[in-house]
Amino acid sequence: MGVRETIIGFSYLVASVLFIVGLSGLTHPRTAVRGNLIGALGMLIAVAATLIDLRIVSFDVIIAGVVVGAGIGAILALRVPMTAMPQMVALLNGFGGGASVLVAGASLVETSVLAGTYGTQATVATAASGIIGAVTFWGSFVAFLKLQELMFKKPVHFAGLQVLNAVLFAASVGLGVMIVLHPEETMYYWALVGVASVLGVFLIIPIGGADMPVVIALLNAYSGLAAAATGFVLGNNVLIIAGSLVGASGVILTQVMCKAMNRSLTNVLFGIMGPTAETAGADEVYAGKIKATTAEEVAMLFDSARRVVIVPGYGMAVAQAQHAVRDLMNALEKKGIEVEFGIHPVAGRMPGHMNVLLAEANVPYDKLKELDLINPTFEQTDVAIVIGANDVTNPLARTDPKSPIAGMPILDVDKARTVVVIKRSLSPGFAGVPNPLFAADNTLMYFGDGKDAVIALVNAIKES
Amino acid sequence: MDTFLIALTIFVLAIFVGFEIITKIPPTLHTPLMSGSNAISGITLIGAIISSGAQHTMLTTILGFVAVVFATINVVGGFMVTDRMLSMFKKKVR
Repeated sequence: MGVRETIIGFSYLVASVLFIVGLSGLTHPRTAVRGNLIGALGMLIAVAATLIDLRIVSFDVIIAGVVVGAGIGAILALRVPMTAMPQMVALLNGFGGGASVLVAGASLVETSVLAGTYGTQATVATAASGIIGAVTFWGSFVAFLKLQELMFKKPVHFAGLQVLNAVLFAASVGLGVMIVLHPEETMYYWALVGVASVLGVFLIIPIGGADMPVVIALLNAYSGLAAAATGFVLGNNVLIIAGSLVGASGVILTQVMCKAMNRSLTNVLFGIMGPTAETAGADEVYAGKIKATTAEEVAMLFDSARRVVIVPGYGMAVAQAQHAVRDLMNALEKKGIEVEFGIHPVAGRMPGHMNVLLAEANVPYDKLKELDLINPTFEQTDVAIVIGANDVTNPLARTDPKSPIAGMPILDVDKARTVVVIKRSLSPGFAGVPNPLFAADNTLMYFGDGKDAVIALVNAIKES
Repeated sequence: MDTFLIALTIFVLAIFVGFEIITKIPPTLHTPLMSGSNAISGITLIGAIISSGAQHTMLTTILGFVAVVFATINVVGGFMVTDRMLSMFKKKVR
């Protein structure tokens, strides 16, 4: 091994260590900013070391690519609104997967041009990079379109979709075997990428909005695994390490999300909802029991309240109501009321979505409580305010084993003395079932757009 | 030990390290975790740099160039957006 190789190898080791140290920094909000910077430093070291590699004969294409990519990346990062973060993460996942496909492909072509020898490790890994990377790229693109509401807003189902996906998967594995047997025929690789691309599209189109957190987490795992596979292609340890760290992260988040919905990954992936047996219709549940209220009435509730819990959902993101919610928190605290937030793991469209929005609005993170911490406190809560959340507060999950959401962990807002639900209408959530919470004796429905309703409420509190 | 076994060993051990760390990350930071880890998976950039710099054929140079663009978007966009998010997480001012 020459001096250069030693320097490069050592730098990759340092980079790998920095990635691990950086991720550990994310275990606490206090150290997280530094952790992220440490990760970025690791990346910088890895890239700088790569530039002294003797195989590089010219830097102009590299510089052009980095300038274009950095420009696009920086613009996206600085301009994306916090509410659009799920789309942003989907896009980033996709670019990572796409890069893996191209790097593995370029490596295969190089070996064929240079008449080099193909190791089995490299060819198997090339096939894996191609399949996982292409599925990640196109799947993420479809997820982006869905989240941005450009296309496939409604889940797309058609007869034979699952059979088609099975066939596409079998075909890509078959082409993968052909690559291993005949690596000099690079056409097999591009055919594999084509088939896996179609698979990526069809895998994601049947998935519904509220299941998006699972999909984003899963695509995150795939983008990591694609990078690790590319590491096997190139025999590069830092790619393997970084890729497997990200893969592990995505897998854990996927599990957390599935558990929080009490749904199996298979059900999410195939767009299957739980048992849809005879659940009560909306009319039956709501008829004559809904009590609509006004900002003034709700404001009066706070005169005698000592503790309020706010439960946000995707509706808060859609209405961009996070700043108004912060004002509500401040107005209540001014009256000496204790305010906390109950955050369901799948509230929103990606893991941690609500937390980021509320952080943007300067709500301190220590006020945001997880399900397990907030649930025991509802019995001592005077008013629970639900903003744009539905299924995650539905008591049917606890009581009706036949309901599609049976067994899903929910926020027990119904145990608070009074529940105020801010919502546009009585329309059902993603699970498509009525929510008996809205008809409960201690529930008041405050109909309206999330943002306008909260602003009116804040004004009413200030006037009272 | 042959190179495949070494690579596989590293892969499996790194996954265990990943599980150990990630399970300790609080749900409130799950979105920055995704975007930040995503930036790290942009490490494919170093493979892309070699392909586009070695310039063996027109095809590999083009593939390398596009890969560099994609991976750089991933890296730069990922780290920057994560930084932007994380700097918003503040503790209560007492």
